[in-house]
Amino acid sequence: MELDWYLSLSAVLFTIGVIGVLTRKNAIVVFMCAELMLNSVNLTLVSFSAQHGDVHGQILVFFSLCVAAAEAAVGLAIIIAIFRNHLTVDISQINLLRW
Amino acid sequence: MLEQYIPILLLICLAIILAVSFIVLSHVLGPNRPNSNKLGAYESGMDPIGQARDRYSVSFYIIAMEFIVFDLEVVFIYPWAVRYQEFGAGTFWSMMLFIGILFLGLLYTLRKGTFDWDLVHSRAKKSSY
Amino acid sequence: MESVNELVTILPAIIIGFAGLLVMMLDAYIENVRLVFRTTTLFTLGALGIAINDMFGHSGEAFYGLITYGGTAAFGAVLVLIGTLVTVILSRDYLEKTGSHIAEVYSMILFGTFGMLILVSANNLVTLFLGIETMSICLYVLAGLVKNEKKGVEAALKYFLLGAFSTGFLLYGMALLYGASGSTFLTDIATLDDKGMIYWAGVALLLVGFFFKISAVPFHMWTPDVYQGAPTTITAYMATASKSAAFVAFIFVLSRALPEARAEWGDVIWLFSILTMVIGNVLALVQDNVKRMLAYSSIAHAGYILIGLAAGTDAAYSAVLFYLFAYTLMNLGAFGIVAYYEWHKGLDFTEVKNYAGLGFKQPVMGVLMSIFLFSMVGIPPFAGFIGKYRVFAAAVDEGLISLVVVGVLASAASVYYYLRVLINLYMHESDPGITLIRPGVLYSATLIILAALTIYFGVKPGDLTNLLGSFKGISY
Repeated sequence: MELDWYLSLSAVLFTIGVIGVLTRKNAIVVFMCAELMLNSVNLTLVSFSAQHGDVHGQILVFFSLCVAAAEAAVGLAIIIAIFRNHLTVDISQINLLRW
Repeated sequence: MLEQYIPILLLICLAIILAVSFIVLSHVLGPNRPNSNKLGAYESGMDPIGQARDRYSVSFYIIAMEFIVFDLEVVFIYPWAVRYQEFGAGTFWSMMLFIGILFLGLLYTLRKGTFDWDLVHSRAKKSSY
Repeated sequence: MESVNELVTILPAIIIGFAGLLVMMLDAYIENVRLVFRTTTLFTLGALGIAINDMFGHSGEAFYGLITYGGTAAFGAVLVLIGTLVTVILSRDYLEKTGSHIAEVYSMILFGTFGMLILVSANNLVTLFLGIETMSICLYVLAGLVKNEKKGVEAALKYFLLGAFSTGFLLYGMALLYGASGSTFLTDIATLDDKGMIYWAGVALLLVGFFFKISAVPFHMWTPDVYQGAPTTITAYMATASKSAAFVAFIFVLSRALPEARAEWGDVIWLFSILTMVIGNVLALVQDNVKRMLAYSSIAHAGYILIGLAAGTDAAYSAVLFYLFAYTLMNLGAFGIVAYYEWHKGLDFTEVKNYAGLGFKQPVMGVLMSIFLFSMVGIPPFAGFIGKYRVFAAAVDEGLISLVVVGVLASAASVYYYLRVLINLYMHESDPGITLIRPGVLYSATLIILAALTIYFGVKPGDLTNLLGSFKGISY
């Protein structure tokens, strides 16, 4: 099995996620990029798990999937609340709190 | 050579006949009193044709949240279902506990009115969503 | 079925989890906030009692090595539960007075505490990850508790986005460590001989993830915003319970999974410790908002604690645990007093200039605030002094003189911003139009007990330090 290919793909996806979080302005898109980071890690975990012939990595993937779902639920709720208060989800315009 | 596929052909024909006859019969026999709600897609939901950037009801988000949370718990039930017989009663009851806790969550969300689509008459009005 | 017998080793977590579910159902079906509050307090008190008892019991591993119990883990549970109990008690009055007393607060706090209790006993990457995430997700919700308060919701959004971002790093670090070692058990990762690229990348990403959670500079950007925007008692909860839990887990990861790499991460933590102390203190100097000032002060405290982690000996770890204890007491107290001033609607009582002359209007509250702030400065005879002293001493033993020098200088600078609050409370003319409400008995009693403990452990730290020293190694 060519582990390197899977790891490279996952690293590329992770980087895309990081760049997305840092550069995008829409809260929902930023959150999607953070989810992309989590899912790319899942790919790493699954490929290592297959490489080692050990299920613990896949178990961690199950949990990280569920955590991502719970985060998505909470995130949607927070973004709805933000929209109701600020009438925008553009994070560059949500800036009441600053030093 | 193709004879063995005749039952499948029959099945396909039967399905088409049934489907067509149901639609035709309901048009002919059923009362027909259209209103704007009934003519909407699936008698609910959004119009599938038009601008994608329309705003839609926040209820969709809430249902989506509920769906995502309860849907994903299945990932734990799959591996359990495949192997639980090998591990005995303890594994069985821990899964029952897990499902029980999930069920409590469902009861909570029911009582809080998340699934009441009709927001005007529901308890959800009180808690502002 | 040996797992059933092992349930007793995580009894505090089970009690808190059960209480969370119970409170959630009570909230939905009985809708009596008072009842919910009483149930929460009672169960938290019970769990705290059991955790205190566990500190003196034996320690070991349970559930196939997924968790550890007793010793450091039990002490971590005590820290978390003290934070939870005080938060619950203070939240009732604070939220009632500010008009957002909803019962969901209590179930979210309990579920968050459940996550922290798992986190402080984690011995495996899976339990570690689950603990951190259960805690964080509840904290996101709690930050945005007041749905029509713009600042609160904004704080929740920032916390949530940066939290999800940092979770990505943390999980990637875990994945790479798993890939390098082929196991998710912390102690198995330590036995790895062949350390390649993947291992070091994993260590680096894991450290970044933890630095986010403990708000070390330069990963601190979210802290001031979140601490300022969240309801004050919830801020106290985040600053104490969640931070203590994250630090205890950090100690476990460093000491159990990465003992071989101590030289390398020691240098990294050395650098981040200096950055955190300097930048945290400098930015705290210019804050006019008390909550924001306390947020930067908690960043600075994270810097002092990192000194202990950089030293990386058992003595240093036990000093860090003592510091966390002192830190929990004084921060809960200080945020509690700020929350009390915020009961009054007329002015924005998070702005330091509005504190003018308040010290004399309710003398007890003024005195308590002085005690907590002096303890944060690190002046004897308060617990904060002993904590700082022990951490610095442990670092000197390891030859980290430069780090200690920066730490002492930073503490000296911190006197300015803590005293500024006190000067406003006592030296300035008060506005005669302002009258302060008397705090309730439970509220003031809680704060007085915190202050008494701060003084007690400052004068007589021996018992606690002996106990912390008796934890066999730091491992269990």
